[in-house]
Amino acid sequence: MSRRRVSPSLLPGFGPALGVTLLLLSLVVLAPLAALLATTLRGTPREFLAAVSTPRVVAAMRLSFLVSLGAAAVSALLGLLLGWVLVRYRFPGRRLLDALVDLPFALPTAVAGITLTTLYAPTGWLGRPLAALGVPVAFTPLGIGVALVFLGLPFTVRTLQPVLASLDPEVEEAAASLGATRLDTFRRVLLPELLPSLLTGTTLAFARGLGEYGSVVFISGNMPMKTEIAPLLVMTKLEQYDVAGATALATLLLVASFLLLLVLNRLEAWAARAVR
Amino acid sequence: MSASRSREPRAVRLLLIGLALAAFVLFLLVPLVAVFVEAFRDGARAWLAAVTEPDARLALKLTLLVAAIAVPVNAFFGLAAGWALGKFRFPGRSLVLTLVDLPFAVSPVVAGLVFVLLFGRTGFFGPWLAGRGVEVVFALPGIVLATVFVTFPFVAREVVPLMQSQGTDEEEAARVLGAGFFTTFFRVTLPNVKWALLYGIVLCTARAVGEFGAVSVVSGHVRGETNTLPLHVEALYNEYAFQGAFAAASLLTFVALATMVAKAIVSRRAREEAP
Repeated sequence: MSRRRVSPSLLPGFGPALGVTLLLLSLVVLAPLAALLATTLRGTPREFLAAVSTPRVVAAMRLSFLVSLGAAAVSALLGLLLGWVLVRYRFPGRRLLDALVDLPFALPTAVAGITLTTLYAPTGWLGRPLAALGVPVAFTPLGIGVALVFLGLPFTVRTLQPVLASLDPEVEEAAASLGATRLDTFRRVLLPELLPSLLTGTTLAFARGLGEYGSVVFISGNMPMKTEIAPLLVMTKLEQYDVAGATALATLLLVASFLLLLVLNRLEAWAARAVR
Repeated sequence: MSASRSREPRAVRLLLIGLALAAFVLFLLVPLVAVFVEAFRDGARAWLAAVTEPDARLALKLTLLVAAIAVPVNAFFGLAAGWALGKFRFPGRSLVLTLVDLPFAVSPVVAGLVFVLLFGRTGFFGPWLAGRGVEVVFALPGIVLATVFVTFPFVAREVVPLMQSQGTDEEEAARVLGAGFFTTFFRVTLPNVKWALLYGIVLCTARAVGEFGAVSVVSGHVRGETNTLPLHVEALYNEYAFQGAFAAASLLTFVALATMVAKAIVSRRAREEAP
């Protein structure tokens, strides 16, 4: 994979291209994020801790973290199911299903938000029967989870699909012929192969869910301490001119994103090795 | 056909297909259908009225304008990054790649907030800008900046790995034959990555048109002035003007469907042309 080093004299344009890349990267991404950190550092550590340890902030962070984690896990299971079925079986509607997996990725989050809220509201197509069963969805943490599963699905399906396609069913057959049960085959043969991409997709879904705003704000109901997610609280604090509070919480979210990105890098490298 | 690819008993296969179809209908198909059912609830005439009213038209115009600025910027960046990071190796390269990906992981709300901290009234450059009568936050420049931020990695992410895997042999040959940088780039490199570039542009456009969280922070929500189409949807929905909200949402859904079709076409073409 790694290519030999190119002498700069042979291929031109390295300096200018790198210059443009770094300049745009700094102006658009790094300087703004540095402004966030600089604003946070203007206050004392004590102020920062006080801002991020109010009950409302802690409740919002915990809700965001737990629901994103749960939704990512459900996305992983559904991703396994959909990926497996799409790769291994032929059935009517397969191509449509395959195409529509990208819908949550392509659909603007505000559209997803109002649509899911309308569907799962107590008067909606899905909300009415669920409410009759005693399971209210819209305006509860479960509703937030539904929105995040919708959002995370393309990430898990699309990272698993190529790996599933590269698996040779004969290996499973060999396992079966050697006496492995179906469950053994899944656990011992399939899962180790799938694990790197499964974790990559799940982490992507989790990272996306943790910061998600548009598809959640409508369905969550936004009750402080109950259904208020962290990104929304950033917005609320900003609208109430609590810039320091908004900045502190945003810094926390940024650090979480950065850590998740590092985890993802390692996972992707692992997945790349595993495919080879 | 199916027998050759699967070893499961028929019952297991049917159960898995059934479960997958149920998840598909519940999670993907029903929401898609619901957008159009709600949009056309009061008939085609009401839909047409909702999408052609002045506020909706201005929101659409603003959305297209923002995308028309943000997408070329990101395409230009993607190609520069492709050349620098795909064709050369240097110390710190993987750090730069990680930083390029950063906007993918950052919450849209945080992406909007950083521009308020830079250019807002109490921000770093706020007083300086106010003294010169330049509005960034709650105006077009802020919306464009936030959109460029959230869409930043889209083109680079497609172009860099491809340029890397294609190596430098063809470019070196062009150089040896006497071609200059621009000839080499436009006649050799660009044709080789055109589908990846197009793919990135399609994804970037979809996100630029649909971005909500980041734009929501910096727009100021002035009807007919700084409301993009997704913000227009939100405003109507919050006023319980559901039919109007879903009519505007149906326009965005058309964009999403067009994106998915374009994406499918581009990736099929790329596969066909791959050696």
